[in-house]
Amino acid sequence: MLQYTIRRLFSLIPVMFIVSIIVFMIIHLTPGNPAHLILGEDASEESIKQLEEQLGLDQPVVMQYVNWVKDIVTGDFGQSVYSSEPVLDIIIGRLGPTFSITIVSIIMILVISIPIAIAAVWKRNTLIDPLFISISLLGVSIPEFWFAMLLVLGFAVSIPLFPVAGYIPMADGIFQWLYHLILPSFVLAAVEIGLVARMLRDGMLESVNQDYIRTARAKGVKESIVLMKHVFSNALIPTTTVIGAMVAGLLGGTVIIETMFTIPGMGQLLVDSIYRRDYPIIQGVILFIAVVYVIVNLLVDLLYTFLDPRIRYD
Amino acid sequence: MLEVKNLKAYIDTPAGIVKAVDDVSFSLKAGETIGIVGESGSGKSVLALSLMQLNPSPPTFYPQGEILLEGKNLLHLKEKELRNLRGNDIAMIFQDPMSSLNPIFKIGTQLMEAIRTHQNINRAEAKKKAIELLKDVGISDPERRMNDYPHQLSGGMRQRVMIAIALAGKPKILIADEPTTALDVTIQAQILDLMKDIQKKYGTAIIIITHDLGVVAQLADKIVVMYSGRIVEEGKTEDIFYHTAMPYTWSLLRSMPRIDTSSRERLIPIQGQPPNLVSPPKGCNFNPRCPFATADCLKIDPSLTERGAGHYAACILSEKTFEEGKLQLENFETKGVPL
Repeated sequence: MLQYTIRRLFSLIPVMFIVSIIVFMIIHLTPGNPAHLILGEDASEESIKQLEEQLGLDQPVVMQYVNWVKDIVTGDFGQSVYSSEPVLDIIIGRLGPTFSITIVSIIMILVISIPIAIAAVWKRNTLIDPLFISISLLGVSIPEFWFAMLLVLGFAVSIPLFPVAGYIPMADGIFQWLYHLILPSFVLAAVEIGLVARMLRDGMLESVNQDYIRTARAKGVKESIVLMKHVFSNALIPTTTVIGAMVAGLLGGTVIIETMFTIPGMGQLLVDSIYRRDYPIIQGVILFIAVVYVIVNLLVDLLYTFLDPRIRYD
Repeated sequence: MLEVKNLKAYIDTPAGIVKAVDDVSFSLKAGETIGIVGESGSGKSVLALSLMQLNPSPPTFYPQGEILLEGKNLLHLKEKELRNLRGNDIAMIFQDPMSSLNPIFKIGTQLMEAIRTHQNINRAEAKKKAIELLKDVGISDPERRMNDYPHQLSGGMRQRVMIAIALAGKPKILIADEPTTALDVTIQAQILDLMKDIQKKYGTAIIIITHDLGVVAQLADKIVVMYSGRIVEEGKTEDIFYHTAMPYTWSLLRSMPRIDTSSRERLIPIQGQPPNLVSPPKGCNFNPRCPFATADCLKIDPSLTERGAGHYAACILSEKTFEEGKLQLENFETKGVPL
């Protein structure tokens, strides 16, 4: 197991190499002189030269890449063109809100989709199953920005249950923190609830007809325990894959949600930086999301061994 | 102890209603072994699952009949009473031990679940009992095996675990649905021996469902032969083997290898396919495949008639016609004497 983990960590190197090339190229794929683009139309020759030097744009591209990677490996992601602060510090300062939304939203997805799937399978011969599943699939088909506005109109403006926007750090009170996160996290969760519920339900329906479920029933085990213990645990294995891939979708989704709810997280940072053409930050954020995605998928692979004893990596 | 009276189990399918079990009656005494024999699709598994109400319902329904266990009709039990019955009064082992155990739980967990479902005892006591049961079914080093997952055991071991699970509630009746079909021959013999030992030790009545006449010959006191959802012959094991009174049973016996005939003799398969149970043939269900069918067989649907003490068969042919027919057919096959 340890050996496998180490091997998997090494296999991340080529993945990260490709990711780093793509991220690095962002600055060069935009047409025109990057320094000129960053500083805008009426920048003086002098300031453009200065920025080119600061970004290393006066060197050959290969050298630029090597230097860039060297810096990143030592933890230096460069400086923001806009505020001159180190990129890494800016990103770390923005992690709290983004992680908060993502985690609350993952919890919402699990808490809502698991009972939906179990209820659908429990009542599989009634109208409950198609009803629950179509409602949950509705979430997948609704655009996030529209759903966010609808919820704000409904539950923050017309019926002022929740705040319209904003973010309170957890340190300033866990209740206020959660209170401000409910609407944005729910919008983010809505898309995935349908997918996870559907995946779980299909997995459970497949498992429910297996011989070992008949064995459990033949033992006299209660139907509710048969479903929750025997059927559910077996359906969890394929669903975990979806949940792993989902994390990337959630991180991407925060870009829209944080902008709509004015939450000072990484998504908002990314959008602001794009407006400001603050390339070092754009590169830093994208690189960071890629790393999180790769690590989550590694964790999912390792999690399989706990969910399914037949899977052994040694 | 167990009495099945005029049981019908039908399955509602898009193609029509399948009469999987059609007016079947038999009885089982305490400690007795009964073999239910038939081809695939003869309704024997549906019959077995009916006894525990384990057929998926819908689509299965029971338009008629009674299953009486010590006078109680199992068809009218409530969900809770049914759960008390399963694993406690009647237990079951299945054909494929590979897929009958939950792959993600340790066998100890699955065995202890069976014990604790019916007995109000704590985990430590249940564990002790589970180890005891594993020892009873001949699993060596049971303490260590408790922590194994099903995929770590061989097929024979898994079937032993299934038997241990079935025995957890000390059932009065053990239903074995093709318990040895998925196992190789030496393991088959071990499992059959184990079932005999268990019967001796606990006095459990056994219903063994199989298409393998060799298995029932070893184990059963009584044999019920099923064809297209019905019982076509029923009697003591010797009667079925030596006084066969129904052409289908006779054809089944001929299609089975025997140790006492020369190896050059060929096995003779039963011609044709089992009938469509949605719209069975007119007259006797077996007539399209029966080598002795007469014009009457296309019209008359035979019912079981007594052929000896406790020996019943459903066939309109007289004993004489049947014997002559067999002789003629054998002469034709071995010496080419025209029919």
